[in-house]
Amino acid sequence: MVTRKPAAKPNVSADALKTWYRDMLLIRRFEEKAGQLYGMGLIGGFCHLYIGQEAVVVGLESTAEEGDKRITSYRDHGHMLACGMDPKGVMAELTGREGGYSKGKGGSMHMFSREKHFYGGHGIVGAQVPIGAGLAFSDKYRGNQNVTFTYFGDGAANQGQVYETFNMAALWKLPVIFVIENNQYAMGTAQVRSTSTPDLHTRGEAFGIPGEIVDGMDVLAVRDAGEKAVKHCRSGKGPYILEIKTYRYRGHSMSDPAKYRTREEVQKMRSERDPIEHVRELLLQGKHATEDDLKAIDKEIKAVVTDAADFARKCPEPKLDELWTDVYADAGEAN
Amino acid sequence: MATEILMPALSPTMEEGTLAKWLVKEGDTVHSGDVIAEIETDKATMEFEAVDEGVIGRLLVADGTANVAVNTPIAVLVEDGETVAAPPNRPAQQPVPADKMLTSESAPASAKQHPSPGSSTQDAPEWTAPEPDWPEGTQTRSQTVREALRDAMAEEMRRDGDVFLMGEEVGEYQGAYKISQGLLDEFGSKRVMDTPFTEHGFAGIGVGAAFGGLRPIVEFMTFNFAMQAVDQIVNSAAKTLYMSGGQMGCPIVFRGPNGAAARVGAQHSQDYAAWYTHIPGLKVCMPYSASDAKGLLKSAIRDPNPVVFLENEILYGRSFDVPVMKDFTVPFGKARIWREGTDVTLVSFGIGMTYALEAAEKLAAEGISAEVIDLRTLRPLDTATVIASVQKTNRCVTIEEGFPVASIGNHISAKLMQEAFDYLDAPVINLTGKDVPMPYAANLEKHALVTTDEVIAAVHKVTYR
Repeated sequence: MVTRKPAAKPNVSADALKTWYRDMLLIRRFEEKAGQLYGMGLIGGFCHLYIGQEAVVVGLESTAEEGDKRITSYRDHGHMLACGMDPKGVMAELTGREGGYSKGKGGSMHMFSREKHFYGGHGIVGAQVPIGAGLAFSDKYRGNQNVTFTYFGDGAANQGQVYETFNMAALWKLPVIFVIENNQYAMGTAQVRSTSTPDLHTRGEAFGIPGEIVDGMDVLAVRDAGEKAVKHCRSGKGPYILEIKTYRYRGHSMSDPAKYRTREEVQKMRSERDPIEHVRELLLQGKHATEDDLKAIDKEIKAVVTDAADFARKCPEPKLDELWTDVYADAGEAN
Repeated sequence: MATEILMPALSPTMEEGTLAKWLVKEGDTVHSGDVIAEIETDKATMEFEAVDEGVIGRLLVADGTANVAVNTPIAVLVEDGETVAAPPNRPAQQPVPADKMLTSESAPASAKQHPSPGSSTQDAPEWTAPEPDWPEGTQTRSQTVREALRDAMAEEMRRDGDVFLMGEEVGEYQGAYKISQGLLDEFGSKRVMDTPFTEHGFAGIGVGAAFGGLRPIVEFMTFNFAMQAVDQIVNSAAKTLYMSGGQMGCPIVFRGPNGAAARVGAQHSQDYAAWYTHIPGLKVCMPYSASDAKGLLKSAIRDPNPVVFLENEILYGRSFDVPVMKDFTVPFGKARIWREGTDVTLVSFGIGMTYALEAAEKLAAEGISAEVIDLRTLRPLDTATVIASVQKTNRCVTIEEGFPVASIGNHISAKLMQEAFDYLDAPVINLTGKDVPMPYAANLEKHALVTTDEVIAAVHKVTYR
């Protein structure tokens, strides 16, 4: 784990810090609520929580501009909330209701938003990586300045299609940022047991793709690295790799007892490196916010999450004829 | 001692070619490895090297001669000081004007495995479709399937700037099977993109580009290689519209040759028609004729859904009538009746149609009238046309080259059993490729595929004759 740099005066406004605090807290509380609803049987199937990794998406989203795209794997709730998707629609999808982003037909792993340029939500390890490069391809084809954030984990980083994609992305100078969220466990397999060399940020060297390692428990560090990567991509220099060292507090999915690591390891990370506590300290120490200010934010977030959960519970299930819709797009006169 | 130099086979499917140019003249000394001629196959112009050392005694076939069958003597090599004893019995072949040229696979040759219907010198069957896909009086011209596919892509690329082609060798090489010939020159490397040989990756990039709003045509050099990309085709392209509640469509065409070619072995000879047809969310085309290849590919490119477009290497060089129209398209889900008949319904698609049509012709001579239906698209599948035909003929034989288990024919049989049971006078027979990996040996390969004789035997069985 990268140790946090001494908290020198952060080069960021108090408003930005508060926004990130709010955004990270929303993900944290939302995921806790999702876990609770899962326990109540309201959410089914696979449900992969993002708790502990919040600084990654919040830091990177702070560098995005309108039109930039994002795509990730099945651990996707945090990415959706961070890019501004409605918590109600996300939670209602988790409960499989018609008000969900996919009308209840996608579930936890498969949500999308054209409006927010969020391209999923993909359930096959690594499959989103070439798709993300393809999204970047479409922007380059159109000649605009947009970039695509393509997120994947340390597990997917060993997939063949990732390297096929690195090669083409570098060859064609695609504006794609490969974000490796290294939470150190591919499901229950510790990185040391699955990966021959630990440094994932160097995996692009053979293709000429620059990469760097980033402390993913520090939203400021993520933001700084993100800005550098975005600048590189927007200037037409091709892809960039960010290996963001992070940690998930919960199991791989709701059904994972996480016996592959010790309680102490998790506890140590929570108490010493928590990304939300970090920003909280910065706000308080810098006197940018009072305890009362932060309590007000906590309360506001709690209300948002409660509303989302209420909506997701009360929203009806999809009508049965929805089974047969959306298999094909209407071809109109084409066919 | 004089040695004959024979016309070489320079591709798996080549049965004849054009002797484009001699690079040596009579009296020249050649060494093994020297390039002595340029030979045009159906796919490319190839350099032809001498194998033996010697002196060119006589050139038997003139520059520019087309339709030279494989193994025809094209020159005589003599040893130094030796002369060619006598003038050859046959005069040097004269060049054939280009408009009289036959396509490579059409002429009779040894070990002919994929018969073309009709006479041996004419590609297109003599029969016309009872219901052509173009207005009466429309002018037609003879085109190969290869040319028709290229024209379809070119027309759609001119029509819509978001359409682009990507794949291995589609650009500078002009297409591994020359389907994209000329497209790089017209549209440039931004829209005709050579990819590395990494199907999984570039299929995924194509899917992402389609999510991003473009209209990719992804060429697989063959569908055998698309096995590496099947996850992106099925899990990403086919399912995302549904998983997104209708938000995220994937307008993409995956195309390339599918099924057996000739003598390329088990890993390069599989027919994937049934595999892709199994998947909701995909549309699947498998054309036989050039007009269908063109009209269906144009429809596929315009379709907002992912389309798997299964071509056939053997058919690429076959010629058919194609309507001369500004914008000719063929709709999905509409079978074509190639030949009307009353005694039995033959249902096929793709190259299977060659066996069906040839069998129908031979059966006609026996007094058996076969109706021949080309499904053209497998998803959507025009079962109504098949059922209507079987209600008339009361018998059905399906013909395809794929494996027998869970075949397209199996599905059609089930549909007929459910919806036309009372009309059937005999069990439906499904003719397929044999239930073995494709062997290499010529005789074994022939037996592994469907044959016209098998179609005739099956018709005898269902008609009790």
